[in-house]
Amino acid sequence: MAFLKLIMFLKDYIKDVFGAIKSLATGMKRTGYYFTHHKEIITQQYPDNRETLHLPERFKGEVVMPHDENNEHRCTGCTACELACPNGTIKVVTKFDITPDGKKKKAIDKLVYHLELCTMCNLCIEACPSDAIKMAQTFEHSVFDRAQLTKVLNKPGSKIMDGVE
Amino acid sequence: MYRETQIVSDVAKTPLTGEGTFTINVGPQHPATHGVLHLVITLNGETILNIEPHLGYIHRSIEKMCESLTYRQFIYVTSRMDYLSAHINNHACALCVEKGMQIEIPSRAQVIRVLMDELTRIASHELWWGAMAMDVGAFTPFFHAFRERETINDIMEETCGARLTMNYMVPGGVMYDIHPNFQKRVKDFLQLYKRKIHEYDELVTGNIIFQNRMKGVGVLTAEDVISYGCTGPVARGSGVSSDIRKLYPYEIYDKLEFDEVLETAGDSFARYLIRLREMNQSIRIVEQLIDNIPEGDFQAKTKAVLKLPKGEFYQRVETARGELGVYIVSEGGTTPYRIKFRSPGFSNLSILNHMVKGSKIGDLIAAMGTLDLVIPDIDR
Ligand code: SF4
Ligand code: SF4
Repeated sequence: MAFLKLIMFLKDYIKDVFGAIKSLATGMKRTGYYFTHHKEIITQQYPDNRETLHLPERFKGEVVMPHDENNEHRCTGCTACELACPNGTIKVVTKFDITPDGKKKKAIDKLVYHLELCTMCNLCIEACPSDAIKMAQTFEHSVFDRAQLTKVLNKPGSKIMDGVE
Repeated sequence: MYRETQIVSDVAKTPLTGEGTFTINVGPQHPATHGVLHLVITLNGETILNIEPHLGYIHRSIEKMCESLTYRQFIYVTSRMDYLSAHINNHACALCVEKGMQIEIPSRAQVIRVLMDELTRIASHELWWGAMAMDVGAFTPFFHAFRERETINDIMEETCGARLTMNYMVPGGVMYDIHPNFQKRVKDFLQLYKRKIHEYDELVTGNIIFQNRMKGVGVLTAEDVISYGCTGPVARGSGVSSDIRKLYPYEIYDKLEFDEVLETAGDSFARYLIRLREMNQSIRIVEQLIDNIPEGDFQAKTKAVLKLPKGEFYQRVETARGELGVYIVSEGGTTPYRIKFRSPGFSNLSILNHMVKGSKIGDLIAAMGTLDLVIPDIDR
């Protein structure tokens, strides 16, 4: 009886040992496959690949205000973006322009954007009624001084496009 | 015929101070805890007498923050809780707001949401698989997991504009329509996944060293799991059915064909298998939906300012880690009066002491890895 038990034990034991070796060999085979197939390696050599690195057009990198060739933007100064932003990232400073017929008209003086506070949530862009702002695909934002992260989005001397209300 | 891990059963009687016992800190910054988890461990030799998780290192008071944000704004913060299930967190919040406002969501938005959820679940389990193998000392699998996960991240980047904190689900639907390439790229991913999934078994599942470290370690019975309130793969590994998608279906999950994966062993290996097989179920769901995205709006028309009626609203969803509950108390204003998140990670962490008490410290990391803890989710 004890002899039979020993036989059974040995049988299981040897089976386990061979099973174990086989399992390790299977894994090593897979590793060996990648060791010899360099084409399947998928790592990217950032930052050496900056020229070929294209981010998709929806990538949320930073809020910008596009200007056309006449230095005109579409922002009316309605502050909808400021209200939509969860972090107080945007501050719209408005002024009053005098239109040719003598009326006062609200316009933006500065649209201050604190990149260091922005979480790229896209809510301001959704909220903007006149599509004045959009997301840029930049992502290398590090600078030496925090003050450089506070930006004014409208360019100096820019004014609102005709026909945007 | 692996050797069962020896569990010292009389640890409960051993005093936690005195001769022979000593206390070590694992974390908050420790390479083995992939996150800023702080564990105070009392040891006797190599035997664990007690584990006390200390929270607070990454507490950002998200619940309090949400009280000052409007119903559109608070959703983005929840991406920062369980960042690996960011879509599903956002989804839960959006669903809860929709429940309160009684908004009907267009069917296109529903399908897109479910697709995104399932892709997120696969990505999350992939990352867990890599990290799990790394916990027990195998480094290569991490890169294999990231190869597939990267494909999903690229899909997310193209459609949602971000890789991790997407903020794509908004009350009423999704923020923008899917990218024209979306369907093609998801199909490419499905092919890649099917071509490569057998490598996971070859590299890790079948490996004898891995099996020896997982089988019979960190055993949880169904009673333990229920009494500690564990959900997700941790509960299903002990045979407790807890899939919210099946039990309390939301969106279109009741119309989809998929199985709830259950294992009964309750050890680390069972939890490991659950996650691997759950990925296959998610693939099944994606396959059913990817060619059947209905035409139509991707967002319901909602008012610019959302106001929830006075009352209390609760919505639960199944994240990659278990049940996430969002509880909103509204006073009728534009911001919530109180928000409470029932996060899966917190309950799953609470069972850790019970799970590894009495076993050796070497088993701690392996057993903890199978809980799939995401620390910002525990410590909101
Ligand atoms: S992206 Fe979000 S955080 Fe950034 S400015 Fe817009 S609303 Fe504010
Ligand atoms: S950027 Fe848009 S939302 Fe913001 S002030 Fe200008 S027009 Fe209004």
